[in-house]
Amino acid sequence: MKLTMASSPHNHSHKSLTRLMLTVIAACIPGLIAQVVFFGTGVLIQLVLALTAVTVFEAAIMLMRKRPVWPALSDGSAWLTAVLLALSIPPLAPWWIIIIGCLFSIIIVKQLYGGLGFNLFNPAMAAYVLLLVSFPVQMTSWLPVSELSNNVIGFTEQLRIIFTDFTSIGYSLDQVRAGIDGITMATPLDTIKTDIGHGLTVTESMQKTLFNEWAGLGWMWVNLGFLAGGLYLLKEKIINWHIPVSFIASLAICSAIGYIAAPGTEPGTIFHLLSGATMMGAFFIATDPVSAATTNKGRLIYGALIGLLVYLIRTFGGYPDAVAFAVLLLNIAVPLIDYYTQPRTYGHGAVK
Amino acid sequence: MSELKTLYKEGVWVNNPALVQLLGLCPLLAVTSTITNALGLGLATLLVLVGSNISVSIVRNWVPKDIRIPVFVMIIAGFVTIVQLLMNAYTFGLYQSLGIFIPLIVTNCAIIGRAEAYASKNPIHLSAFDGLMMGLGFMIVLVVLGAMRELIGQGTLFDSADLLLGPWAQSLRIEVFSFDNQFLLAILPPGAFLALGLLIAAKNVIDAQIKSKQIAPPEAEKGPRARVTSLT
Repeated sequence: MKLTMASSPHNHSHKSLTRLMLTVIAACIPGLIAQVVFFGTGVLIQLVLALTAVTVFEAAIMLMRKRPVWPALSDGSAWLTAVLLALSIPPLAPWWIIIIGCLFSIIIVKQLYGGLGFNLFNPAMAAYVLLLVSFPVQMTSWLPVSELSNNVIGFTEQLRIIFTDFTSIGYSLDQVRAGIDGITMATPLDTIKTDIGHGLTVTESMQKTLFNEWAGLGWMWVNLGFLAGGLYLLKEKIINWHIPVSFIASLAICSAIGYIAAPGTEPGTIFHLLSGATMMGAFFIATDPVSAATTNKGRLIYGALIGLLVYLIRTFGGYPDAVAFAVLLLNIAVPLIDYYTQPRTYGHGAVK
Repeated sequence: MSELKTLYKEGVWVNNPALVQLLGLCPLLAVTSTITNALGLGLATLLVLVGSNISVSIVRNWVPKDIRIPVFVMIIAGFVTIVQLLMNAYTFGLYQSLGIFIPLIVTNCAIIGRAEAYASKNPIHLSAFDGLMMGLGFMIVLVVLGAMRELIGQGTLFDSADLLLGPWAQSLRIEVFSFDNQFLLAILPPGAFLALGLLIAAKNVIDAQIKSKQIAPPEAEKGPRARVTSLT
């Protein structure tokens, strides 16, 4: 009998990089379904566009770098970037928006820094910020929830809008976006911010048809969808609990303090947690293993600071939502956080 | 003659103030949103650089070492004021669009750097040529950056060149392509950082290629030894 000695580790998790990325993509599905149900099938068109674009760009840049194409493509990280980007831009944004986003995220943010594992910033969020800063009009043209919409348009008409800016009977995106009362609607976060700026209280603002009892119609379910997907990722041990928990806790505490201090102008904890990109950010974006902090204590600090920044920018900043900005700012701080939170190596230094 | 050639190479490529020394980045990043702005600031910097290099070189033997920096700054500030007044008089539109960045040429490290590193140690004609070449290197980078940002940002080249060159230059404007939405990022400062990074990367690639061509495949220096007894 031959006894072979294998060196440790002896217990493997059987998680390949590809499988990891594909699981994360699969966990996006509840949120995706919620978006399709409430805001129409436009997001699916964006998804197909984004997946095609990142595949082409990734292959092209790998050829330019004289590296093998298939290993880079098949690890799935580019596709995950595409999915996250497609989920975060408005569903009926013109086709060149998502193409420019994919180009920037894959070629500049990821591959110019050396490819997967070397990128300082989260590619999807860097591209999102680029698009938001460059094309503010297109990037804030969100649709109203289907039930409030004046013109619900079908799949082919959505294709026409994305590629030609007009439907077959000549409606522009602005006309399609109009609500039942004929007025173009903003997102819940934007509405609250504008109304508070106009001197309304939150309670008055939330009387609008855009909201249900807790948060924005539809947006609440999108966030709950991402929460469900995130919990699945936690259960599968794809992500650690540290970042999402500290992110959500920090945002909840900050918004609770704000609500207690100024109940008239602060929408409160539940609204913050179920609006905008909170849940997607907490479970899918801030947990990016490459650009997030790598020590457990560091992860807690990283998540908490993102939550704080999201609250501060949403409340006092110029933009209605802030997850992308907060994540990018903390990505810069990651080396510092990691430096100061290195765990004690076994056998070295004194036990505290 | 070879000294002049070295100065030319240093200023325009090997030791380019914008791409290698990374000096004077503030105006470089702030005003290069169009070719016209870039060319205007580049010319102003060039004039100041040549003038200050000549003056510093003239007075180099009389200025005590201890107070040389204030003296240099005074000289540079004098030339900047001259250029500023000239631009105010002859290219008023450009003067307004460049704004604070014309007086800020005083603080451009590329200029005081050349005064300290070259003009204070070398004769007048060489200092003048050095100023010209350094200014030229800086201006070329400014113009290339301006062209990149203007092209990506608004799809034109030489937009409003008449501010700098007079009314005839209106016909220089080239509309390469037109779109309804400006690509704001290219016009805003972050676009300047990205574009400058790409330019530096391009320079490094070209340098690496030149280097790999220059070094011929290393020939075997010694003939192979018949019997190797040790690895040394």
